[in-house]
Amino acid sequence: MSILDSKIPEGPLAQKWSKHKADIKVVSPANKRKLDVIVVGTGLAGASAAASLGELGYNVKVFCISDSPRRAHSIAAQGGINAAKNYQNDNDSVYRLFYDTIKGGDYRAREANVYRLAEVSNSIIDQCVAQGVPFARDYGGLLDNRSFGGAQVSRTFYARGQTGQQLLLGAYAALNRQIKKGSVKSYPRHEMLDVVLIDGKARGIITRNLVTGEIERHGAHAVLICSGGYGNVFFLSTNAMNSNGSAAWQCYKKGAMFANPCFTQIHPTCIPKHGEQQSKLTLMSESLRNDGRIWVPKKKEDVEAVRSGAKKPSQIPEEDRDYYLERRYPAFGNLVPRDVASRAAKERCDAGFGVNETGLAVFLDFSTAIARLGKEVIAQRYGNLFQMYEKIVDVNPYEEPMMIYPAVHYTMGGIWVDYNLMTTIPGLYALGEANFSDHGANRLGASALMQGLADGYFVIPYTLGDYLSHDIQTPKIDTNHPAFAEAEKAVLDKINKLFSINGKRSVDDLHKALGNIMWEYVGMARTKESLEKAIVEIQKLRKEFWTNVRVPGKEGEFNQEIEKALRVADFMEMGELMARDALNRNESCGGHFREEFQTPEGEALRDDDHYAYVAVWEYKGPDQEPELHKEELRFDTVHLAQRNYKD
Amino acid sequence: MSKLWSSSIGKKLVMSLSGLFLLVFLLVHLVANLFFYGGPDAYNAMCEFMDTNPFIRIMVPVLAAGFIIHIAWATAITLKNQTARPVKYKVQDLSKSSAWESRNMYVLGIIVLGILAWHLSDFWAHMQLQHFIGGQAVASPYELLVQTFANPVISVLYIVWIIALWFHLRHGFWSAFQTIGLDNQIWIKRWKCAAKVYAFIVAAGFISIPVAVLLIKCFGK
Amino acid sequence: MNLKLKIWRQKDAHDKGRFEEYHVENVSEGSSFLEMLDILNNNLIHEGKEPIAFDHDCREGICGMCSLFIDGRAHGPDDDVTTCQLHMRKFKDGDTITIEPWRSKAFPVIKDLVVDRSAYDKILQAGGYVSVNTGGVPDANAIPIPKKNADESMDAAACIGCGACVATCKNGSAMLFVAARVSSLALLPQGKVEAARRAKAMVAKMDELGFGGCTNTGACEAECPKGISIAHIARLNREFLCAKLKD
Repeated sequence: MSILDSKIPEGPLAQKWSKHKADIKVVSPANKRKLDVIVVGTGLAGASAAASLGELGYNVKVFCISDSPRRAHSIAAQGGINAAKNYQNDNDSVYRLFYDTIKGGDYRAREANVYRLAEVSNSIIDQCVAQGVPFARDYGGLLDNRSFGGAQVSRTFYARGQTGQQLLLGAYAALNRQIKKGSVKSYPRHEMLDVVLIDGKARGIITRNLVTGEIERHGAHAVLICSGGYGNVFFLSTNAMNSNGSAAWQCYKKGAMFANPCFTQIHPTCIPKHGEQQSKLTLMSESLRNDGRIWVPKKKEDVEAVRSGAKKPSQIPEEDRDYYLERRYPAFGNLVPRDVASRAAKERCDAGFGVNETGLAVFLDFSTAIARLGKEVIAQRYGNLFQMYEKIVDVNPYEEPMMIYPAVHYTMGGIWVDYNLMTTIPGLYALGEANFSDHGANRLGASALMQGLADGYFVIPYTLGDYLSHDIQTPKIDTNHPAFAEAEKAVLDKINKLFSINGKRSVDDLHKALGNIMWEYVGMARTKESLEKAIVEIQKLRKEFWTNVRVPGKEGEFNQEIEKALRVADFMEMGELMARDALNRNESCGGHFREEFQTPEGEALRDDDHYAYVAVWEYKGPDQEPELHKEELRFDTVHLAQRNYKD
Repeated sequence: MSKLWSSSIGKKLVMSLSGLFLLVFLLVHLVANLFFYGGPDAYNAMCEFMDTNPFIRIMVPVLAAGFIIHIAWATAITLKNQTARPVKYKVQDLSKSSAWESRNMYVLGIIVLGILAWHLSDFWAHMQLQHFIGGQAVASPYELLVQTFANPVISVLYIVWIIALWFHLRHGFWSAFQTIGLDNQIWIKRWKCAAKVYAFIVAAGFISIPVAVLLIKCFGK
Repeated sequence: MNLKLKIWRQKDAHDKGRFEEYHVENVSEGSSFLEMLDILNNNLIHEGKEPIAFDHDCREGICGMCSLFIDGRAHGPDDDVTTCQLHMRKFKDGDTITIEPWRSKAFPVIKDLVVDRSAYDKILQAGGYVSVNTGGVPDANAIPIPKKNADESMDAAACIGCGACVATCKNGSAMLFVAARVSSLALLPQGKVEAARRAKAMVAKMDELGFGGCTNTGACEAECPKGISIAHIARLNREFLCAKLKD
């Protein structure tokens, strides 16, 4: 057996989870009181896990970098959450949700995990309704659903365009209830800077109090990493400014292996970059593609005229417009999956048809829909999005088409976990976007919320008990143990080193430079050459970072620059691993597109014979090449097929 | 009802209920004043009724209590609210977010109170008070009124007073319903509209009398 | 565009604080207000000075992390937006912009423009939830809820907890924040069960934390980036008074 034991239970797919739950051990209430659990992060996964574990009776400490658990970036999810309720009587089922998710992920996820996800999806909706989440309802008082990309059924539950916010507020409320009861202690404005291992097991973390700068030690019988994804490697992304991969990265450097780091989702409908001063990209909901038509001008002179402002896009006649998605994918048209739509936009812009000053934008046009349905219907459907667009861009989308461009949105890769969500370090777990488990090479819309809550509410409360049942004799973790002192010293050394460099470039400058390399060479379309170049460039930049960064201020105070510096230092390493992983994967699948591997029509070409595995990387020390391990993916239930959106 | 009265909402409830009571009083007072237009006999008869009616006589101390409570609670709430922002803003522009009167209720209240004192000494002390203390009320309240308002300084002062009251009522009326919770997204517009109508009627009614007196004085009957 | 900025600088909670003047040049009109501050901070770092601390995160107007009192208004001169969604085209070349932190006894300044809003967490911990454990709940469609109620509940639930209501209120009152939560849950059958207890506990906590009282000026509603109606405050008053009358 490989070093990676996924611990997938035996038996038929549909019974694996039930059987597993029956087989694993539980901890008695009296013993739970004696066990401490640390949860890092308070997004959907972290908040739901901390609340549920607190309810069970564990002593939970929950940490977040924001001023309140409610700020976690799950809050920004717009569209909705999937569940196999079949409330619409459209023949949805657990199996269909499972199948759509596996297929949407381009067959690079574990069947057993995805099936479990689909299985618990219904309980999530029940739970959220009970918490008082105001999901959209029909006049009869029952829950409403909408459709989403990658599915032929209507299974997405939503709360206006703020589903993530409402679900997070539900989990945050459950968390608050436990905080009041005293079973959970909350540490806002605290950042985890290292995980502490004693005898090979995760036994605590080192944190920095972001208000005072104090370095603190926290011990526990188990540590849960729920810190989200690492999309900010690219500098510009739809992730929040403070989203980072550092918590996960410290785990990697302490021995937790990292899976499929190159699987990044580029979302096609974001507001384009306005210039070099930009520090964040804004996502426009995928739902806009239901009624919007995507195009660029056919003629270069029109492109020039639009860029210079000499011509308004609405003045370009119909016959001079290239509706390239409808042209290339007649069957799905503007509703092709995210990865396909993103690549097609890049292809047009690379060919010189980008429609804004930077040449990196395409039109999303509602004029046809407005003519067909009337302005009022469109306003009802997308009013708030149109308003948001106008606030940001100052163009009225009812009159002129929107401009959009793809942007980094989500990372499917993450810390490798087994079926119990445990990493390769015993007692260290990863939940939500921080792990790699359920989305394969591409995540479907409305599935991220589902996974975060599934992990936190319905998986970890069971699987953690199994691990901790063997730990009931372990007394409170002593934070005076040398392992804590050592980890704390390493953290302090790193901080002092960063302050002492006193170079010429700001953290943001260097982060932007990294982002440019990543976007250029490890972005939407990758080649062997680009990836090799990326690795060299990143290594050069990393060297510059450690010799030329300037971190103003001093240690022991509120200092946002040192926070950023610590995170960017990790991004400098993460970017390289992403490039290595992309270089290793000689195929195109989902969000990972290697130009060498495409069909004659320019579609992603998978290589199931050689790459139907999870690429799992083991850290081997600073500036050492990481070691690749493979977890073979077995598909007992679904049949692997090429995705086709043309006919 | 434990701690109701010490809670912030409880204190506001006191303001609301005493305010609603005073709103009713103002209407009664206005109706009484409007007897002016019925001529001296009607007006004097009304005054006589007001001065001697047992119910009204009972209500006078209640009314006084209503005023005192409204003022005392307003003072306490205002002082408490001042402490919620120990460091003030250097620049603060509330003009775009709230109505002027809503932010200046206490100041308006002080103006109203100040002139109220004069009003009591000038009219009430010569009329109803005399009945209470067994003194000699003026023979013709109508004459007293006409004489007083014939002085343009007094009339202008009176009008300023009523204008302050007008603004106070524009906010106070709907705010009272909001505080006791008799409000929602539909009724909020209705209450605000009703507040404007009520405040206008009260202000216009009161102001019309000195204006009428002055007009009569200038142009004759 | 070129701008003059008067920004509140305060080393820590104990420092008295003062305004300092800065100039920032070549800001594009399409930049957001926070991107303008990013530029200023980057310049300050290159000049060897300490950058200005300010809270921000999602930059999409939903996390509620950004604050800033800009030219006398919470979240600045544009309506229905947070500071992160405010764009520089709302200002003119050569403008002087005054930037202050939220000012409230209950939101002490941590540094420069960063304030401590944990008072909001404390209010919600006092009762801003439905007391259900994970699992063991009825089917999501077991209790029909009138669409009108669900929609109104959602209106209130849109609160992002940014603190603009407290910052703008002349009394520093947190009533809109408390009302949004109380009202949102009171409108749903799931939340109705313990509505009385919730209203009492949250109001008591709010009073305890040093917020001012509501005088119905409505400024909170006008400056709320999510436009939450003060009609929810009326519902809170109703819930609270009815609960107290039954005690």
